[in-house]
Amino acid sequence: MDSGVRAPTRRQLLSAIAKVGGTAALYQAMTTLGHAAETQFHGPPNLQGARPGSTVIVLGAGLAGMLAAFELTKAGYKVKILEFQNRAGGRNWSLRGGDTYTELGGATQKVAFSPGNYLNPGPWRIPHHHRTLLHYCKQFGVALEPFIQFNHSGWVHSSQAFGGKPVRFNTAAADFEGNIAELLAKSVNAKALDDAVTPEDRDKLLEALKGWGMLDNDYKYSASLRASSHRGFERPGGGGVNGAPIPSKDLYGLHDVLDPQVWTSMGFFMNHEMQTTMFQPVGGMDMIGKAFAKQVEGLVTYGAKVSKIAQDDKGVTVTYADVATGKVTDLKGDWCVCTIPLGILGQLDLQVTDEMMAAIKAVPYSGQVKIGLEMKRRFWEEDDFIYGGHSFTDQEIALISYPNNNMFKDGPAVLLGAFARDMGAYRLAGMTPDQRIEAALAQGSVLHPASYRKEFASGASVAWSRVPWTLGCCARWSDDARKEHYQTLVGMDRRIVLAGEHASYIGCWMEGALLSSIDAITRLHKRALEA
Amino acid sequence: MKAMIVLTAALLAFPAMAQSPAGGDTGGGITRVPKPVTGEQVYGAVCQACHMADAKGATGAGTIPALASNPKLAGAAYPIMVVTGGKGAMPGFVGTLSNAQMAEAITYVRTHFGNNYAKPVTEADVAKLAKPPAAGGH
Repeated sequence: MDSGVRAPTRRQLLSAIAKVGGTAALYQAMTTLGHAAETQFHGPPNLQGARPGSTVIVLGAGLAGMLAAFELTKAGYKVKILEFQNRAGGRNWSLRGGDTYTELGGATQKVAFSPGNYLNPGPWRIPHHHRTLLHYCKQFGVALEPFIQFNHSGWVHSSQAFGGKPVRFNTAAADFEGNIAELLAKSVNAKALDDAVTPEDRDKLLEALKGWGMLDNDYKYSASLRASSHRGFERPGGGGVNGAPIPSKDLYGLHDVLDPQVWTSMGFFMNHEMQTTMFQPVGGMDMIGKAFAKQVEGLVTYGAKVSKIAQDDKGVTVTYADVATGKVTDLKGDWCVCTIPLGILGQLDLQVTDEMMAAIKAVPYSGQVKIGLEMKRRFWEEDDFIYGGHSFTDQEIALISYPNNNMFKDGPAVLLGAFARDMGAYRLAGMTPDQRIEAALAQGSVLHPASYRKEFASGASVAWSRVPWTLGCCARWSDDARKEHYQTLVGMDRRIVLAGEHASYIGCWMEGALLSSIDAITRLHKRALEA
Repeated sequence: MKAMIVLTAALLAFPAMAQSPAGGDTGGGITRVPKPVTGEQVYGAVCQACHMADAKGATGAGTIPALASNPKLAGAAYPIMVVTGGKGAMPGFVGTLSNAQMAEAITYVRTHFGNNYAKPVTEADVAKLAKPPAAGGH
């Protein structure tokens, strides 16, 4: 049927809406059309027309602070950034061979990784829907590569299931799904679900359970080529005389697969933030921080320890000491964007409302621990056929994560030997760096017994509770604290506005820091024009 | 190192099980960590992560306060309030540690590291001042 008038394609329609109504209208339309509900990013803020001579002091040269400085400079403000460290990037950070890191308490580690190898102590993976971060990575020329988030061949280890032996993720997941499907099919066939399922759906459900759970014709989860196609074979198919595959036997029963390590490992990948595709910068996470730093070159004063933020009707005065010399300076500006982590900010002399001070002090921080272990060869690839992704364990280290780059190469590679949290993190953080490495080797050896200690070359650890410039990893809002304090925390306190992952609902992610920063400076700019 | 292994062996065989909290970049799966029982064990497995093995705290851009020789520990109420409810970046431990564990840890700190406040803090003392745990979020 050719009427001569073609209906516009969805793309044509959307670009027309964008032209007429701008990106916000486009976003609305896309959402209505079932697209793009994955992000609140509507494009860069494009602020313009700052009052001539207006100045902004940005506290902290992490991603939130640097983005604020970049966009506000473009809008016409004169911006200065104060940074406690001698490095830009904040928690966006990589440790490489030759780097030295001194944690609170004084323990100093000299990283001995080979050239090209690194540990990302903070952020290490980027979800595909973190559009703000991806936008600026592209704009600032940061090369990204895939982060192998989901690997069916990684190990799942529970001290209380499978005899304490690690099993492959695909095996654990297949046997969990197979057992559950068999049970449910049994209930259906015993007419136990007739109240809940219509006769028509009953047949469809049985078909689904058979297909999804790899059940046999009797609706049993049994050793078969079908089950093996999910969980792995005893002998996979090959060529020639012995080409026929042999199914794996001894499927794990309900008791083993009901261990929470199985379904929590499976459920982990269902989380919005953890869904593939994910990315990492080529060469280390700090490539992002470095690219941002290039955009604000000359604006940053390093080694500046802020002690006081005062404000009145005319402006803001930030008092800071030079960490090296102790020299104290008062820096004056019209406005202030403060990205200092709340645990530190709450200890400073702040001229803000009591409500803001209460909000700043209401949010505790998490204290994750990461440990990088350099191994002399890629035994996880060569011996275990694991290329990137993770193995899960219920020990303190929580996981082993394998490098996502340089696969099949000879020579040393760094794996993530711990990403500990909560009680596991407290235990590891309380140790000396040497003790942490020993613990990581002991626990990792459970998953890779033959090679872990043998191939170990050197290690480095970062316990976030002891990081001098954050006193923690991420803001950990409770629901109650959100209700009581969040709007105060993100609101402008006269001439000061806070930004960072702590001022977002995407806490602990770079995306949250950037979205918070865009929102903060957009409101600051509006206020400045109204003033 | 040896002391650490001995300590680990002394811990009870009932590990606390923790599942990944919602929100934030986290490792996934569950962890089962040996449950510390005595005050010394709780201090080593938890408090020491920030306050350091010598309880002297540390200073960077901000300060982790020293617990060693700290007159604020003279009364039991203050440390109980801080340990149960948190303070600034420090999380409250209600829901993470039992009242007994918190009581043991507070008693240990109040009688070590140059502190001499002999009267033990009991589980009941902690229960009296502890608020229910805050619901998780992100």
